[in-house]
Formats: sequence, C-alpha cells, structure tokens
Amino acid sequence: MAILVDRDTRLVVSGITGREGTFHSLRNRDYGTNVVAGVTPGKGGQDVDGIPVFNTFHDAVEQTGANTAMVFVPPRFAADSILEAEDAGIPLIITITEGIPAHDELRVYNHLLRGGSRLVGPNCPGILSPGKANVGIIPAQFFKEGNVGLVSRSGTLTYQIGNELAQRGFGNSSIVGIGGDPVPGSSFIDMIELFEADAETELIVMCGEIGGSAEEEAADYIAENVSKPVLAYIAGFTAPPGKTMGHAGAIVSGSKGTAAAKAEALEAKGVRVGRNPTQVSEIAVEILGARV
Amino acid sequence: MDLLEYQGKQLFAKHGVPVPDGRPATTVPEAVEAAEELGYPVVIKAQVQIGGRGKAGGIKLAKDRHEAEEHATAILGMDIRGYTVHELYVEKASEIDEEYYAAIVFDRSAKKPMVMLSRMGGMDVEEVAETDPEAMRMLHVDPLLGLQDFHGRRLAFESGIAEDVVRPVGAMLAKLYDVFVREDATLVEVNPLLITKSREVVALDAKVTVDDNALYRHPDVAELRDLSAEDPQERMAKERGLTYVKLDGNVGILGNGAGLVMSTLDVVAQAGGEPANFLDAGGGSKAEAITSAVEVILSDDKVRAVLFNIFGGITRCDEVARGLIEAFEQIKPDVPFVVRLDGTNDKEGRALLAEAKLPNVHTEATMLGAAEKVVELAK
Repeated sequence: MAILVDRDTRLVVSGITGREGTFHSLRNRDYGTNVVAGVTPGKGGQDVDGIPVFNTFHDAVEQTGANTAMVFVPPRFAADSILEAEDAGIPLIITITEGIPAHDELRVYNHLLRGGSRLVGPNCPGILSPGKANVGIIPAQFFKEGNVGLVSRSGTLTYQIGNELAQRGFGNSSIVGIGGDPVPGSSFIDMIELFEADAETELIVMCGEIGGSAEEEAADYIAENVSKPVLAYIAGFTAPPGKTMGHAGAIVSGSKGTAAAKAEALEAKGVRVGRNPTQVSEIAVEILGARV
Repeated sequence: MDLLEYQGKQLFAKHGVPVPDGRPATTVPEAVEAAEELGYPVVIKAQVQIGGRGKAGGIKLAKDRHEAEEHATAILGMDIRGYTVHELYVEKASEIDEEYYAAIVFDRSAKKPMVMLSRMGGMDVEEVAETDPEAMRMLHVDPLLGLQDFHGRRLAFESGIAEDVVRPVGAMLAKLYDVFVREDATLVEVNPLLITKSREVVALDAKVTVDDNALYRHPDVAELRDLSAEDPQERMAKERGLTYVKLDGNVGILGNGAGLVMSTLDVVAQAGGEPANFLDAGGGSKAEAITSAVEVILSDDKVRAVLFNIFGGITRCDEVARGLIEAFEQIKPDVPFVVRLDGTNDKEGRALLAEAKLPNVHTEATMLGAAEKVVELAK
C-alpha cells in the first residue's frame, strides 16, 4: 500500500518536451513509473524517448488511459494546463511548477472543489511511493519502502528529514510534497486523512513552515480524527515578520503564521514537534522502536 | 510587492475609486510646486512602507507656501521606525466628516477573497478587532463569481454605517474588488475610507500589495519597484536572481531549498548563533550561481563565518563544491567557511574540497555538527 501514486499509476506529463520536463519524465520512468503520455500543444504525434506526445489531455486520456497528470509547464501556462487535465477527467493532478500567480491558484482551487479531481501542489516536488512509483523531482535513491508517511510543504527539507529517518532504518509508505504556495491544492489534512486510511503507514510525519494556518488546522483535525501517531517539524522560528522566505507562502504576516504558534497549536493537541530534523528521527525511534 | 500610498492611489484612480487630487515629490521645491498647483490647504505625507506615519510626524497640514516648504523640509529624510523618507505625496486636504475602514484580503485559510468593512476607521484596526470585534464586518466572496452588489449592500448595512452612504460605500467596495482582481493584488486596504462633509466617499489612504508572481502581467506596476527602499545586499541578490533576505546576525548562510534554509537558520540559532541572512541557491544550482551567492553573502561586512548546508537532490554536491572553489579563487574570502554536503554526488563534492585544500574551510558530516562549528567560528 501507499497513497496516491503506485503501480497502477498511468502518468501523462504536460510540458514533457521541455528540458526539465523531459529530464524528470525519463527519471520517473527509469524508477519504474508507468509514463504513458506527454502533452504539448502542437507537438502531437512526436515522442520523447518512445513516450507518445499528444496535443491535448483529452487525446492522451482517450488513447492511453492516463489516470494521473504531472504539470511541468512555465507559470503563465500552468493554471490552464491544470484546468485542461481536470476537464479531461484526470482524477489526480500533480503540479511541480513554481511561480503561478496567486489569483490563478485561487480560481483553480475553487473550480476543482466543484469537480472530481485532486490537485497536489503547485510549487511542490511531487509524490514518491518507494518501490512503486515516483512522480516529480524527489531524488528517489535516498528512500526505501517502509511504514512512515511523510507530508511536507518543502522539497529539500523533506529530503533532509527523510534521510535522517532512513539513517535510523525507517522507510516510507509515501512522501508527498504539498508545496510552498499560498493556495495549495491539497492540505496537510487531505494527506493525513489518506495516510490514516493506508494500511502500510504506521507513523505520519508532517513537515510545516511559517505562513498561513494549515498546521493549526491540521492540529485540530488530528485530535478529532487520527488514531495513528503524528510527529511534526516546523521550519522558520528565526524568520522575521513581513519577509517572504523563499516560498511564496512562507511569510509571517504581522503576528500571524509564526513557527512558534504552529508548534504550540500542534503540541496542545498532543502532536510531538521535533526542534530540528535530527530530533524528528529520534522521536520516531521512541514511537516506533529502534530499527538499526 | 508593497506599493507606496501614492502608487496604490494611482491604481485606485485607474479603476474609478475616488481619491483626492495629489502629486508625488522627491525634493522640497517639487513639493512646494505641487502644493501651489493643488491650492491650499494641502497635506504633506511621507511615503514609506510602514504604518504609524501620522504619529511619527510624517503627515502634516500646510495652509500656505511657507508651511508647505517647512513641512516638506522636515519630512524628507526623516526616519520613521527605521525607514528613511525619500518621497513625499502632496495631496489636497479633505473635509473629514466620518472615517470608515475597508479592505479586501487574500484569505489563505478559506482560500477565497475576504471583504471587510468597519465604521471605526482611521485607527489601528487590529486594536478595533480586539476591543470591539462586532465593529468589523467581513464576508467571503467566491472568486469564480466575483463581488456582487448584494455583498457590498449587506456589509454596508451590517456594519452600521450612515444610511445615506450605504449605496456609495457598496459601490466603492465593488471598485476596490476590481483593483484586487484586475491588478493581482493580495491586499487592498483603505484606512480611512472617508465620508466628506459633502457626503462623498473617498479613499484617503491606500495600502496595496501586488503578487510578485503576477508582475509579468503588470509591467506598469513592476516598474514601480522602489529600489531605494530595499537593502543594498537584497538588491544585489535580486539582480543576480538569488532569493536572499538580510537578517541582523553574523553567520552567513547558504542552502538549497527554502525549507532547508529556514531550518538551517533555526538550527544555527539553537546552537547559540545569529544568522546574518537567508539565501536559497535553489534547485539544480550550477557553480556560477554558488560563486555569485558567496559574493552576496560576503558583501555584508557583519559576516564573521559562513555555513553552506546542502542536501543534494537535483542539486549536485560536486557542482556546489566547484562553485565554492571558484569563489575562493575570485574573492579570496577572509572569513572561515563550514561546509556540509549530503545527497547527490556528496562523496565527489567532499573529495573536490579536500583536494583543493581551501584555506579556512571546514567540512562537517551533519547539519547539527555544521551549525555548532560555524557558531564557534563566528565568536
């Protein structure tokens, strides 16, 4: 078991003919992901190392049975690409693109609420289910199959924490980057709900950062709905107010969205919070027992 | 991107939001000329990105040429809570009857725009929200539907504003919503929203934040970027396409990925150090980007030691090592460096550094070990 991507994933990549799009699509395929199609308007009929390219998502779905989309196009085309994938009936859309205008994200989010598709990202590293499928840019070589579900707003911080856990012998059911933008398509709560229902996952690790209130909302949800242990890390204790710290969504506004408030909210609901990535892996050992 | 008051008002005027007549000025003669053109009385206002200008003496009424000159001289160059005043806005004085508050904010939690209205304007809204929460009325708008007339009417009636201005205030909210959507703003705030003695509705202040990611759609706004207000190191980093935030400490920090860099700052602080900056070299950094980043970090003369914290995914550690070696050849830094390379090609990267025998470069295997070492060296 894993969540969202696995051996049944049939991936179509929008932006597959771009430099980055080609590189990562082929890496995903090398890992074992079933990459069935690409979409680039005007390049239908071509192929990328044997992967057929279509003009529209609709053609790709009809001819290959694609059930998962990865969006890799530049920011000004990304919202349109997500909406097209949804219109073509693709249930899961993973968007890697960073820099999409916030109002575009707002419209996309509110539109998808009415339909059936799930969006993960934008501005995220994708989803890896070790041993099964990798969709996105997560360096899979550091991770193996296991019982820790990891969900994070940040890419490299996920690798850091995943690697600390790996060094203590833990593997992962799935690793999900929900992205660092102000309007993520999926929240911590959405992913925690899936990990709670996933038989392979025994511990859920959530990795948050300053800005917004998604961590506080997750704390309330966990207290009411989650039976599995949840462990958290929050980045940005030293971030000054009013400054965007790299991610568009990572900003303390006035006194709102601080790391301290998030850690407090989580701890108040019984979620343990590691003070640094190493401590997260130490707490994981306490919860699950030593592996090495 | 935060706009200055007069820049926000220019956007307001473009979308039909009534604002008093005014002119920006960067020198005393310019300010006096603007005042003469507008006719007295005028208000001379400091243009800085910080609240509390009035209390700090940055907003003054001038009744004649002499007063205009006197106030412009006093306010230009003034320091308002750490911000130096480089620009003035000279505005025709308004006859104030009532002061309300209106705002449209990007509600990240609800993932919808939120429109706010209060009959208690002209003061600190956070204070109003605490002392009299009922005085602040708010509602969410479906971004696919947009603000409808009934939204504005409902807010206006509920907020208890004077009945004769319910409709014009509702109309004002609709125009502010236009600014919010069409200019890709994440904040539009008017405090105070003025009711004049002749019962006209006017935006007396403007606080507008435009989404950086949408600036490509607004070249006119992108051009307004006020470089004089930015920190020189931040400006240098921006020109080089690096994500850099200046902080107060003496430990220079470079990492890859925003989350990892934030975490690195935290770990350095936990080890008893004070970070000098946030610098995200981004994914897949090539050697030149690293060299460029080192230059930016070292341009801050408070920096006593530098920490490189890299977890290579797409970024290759050997590229980072090459960039650092190149930077040492070009800049010959006189402060110690601590380098932690982990992830893709980490062995190759460490081998390159060992071979180069750079003076005063220490390699550490873990993030915590590296943080402790750099804090010790910065002392």
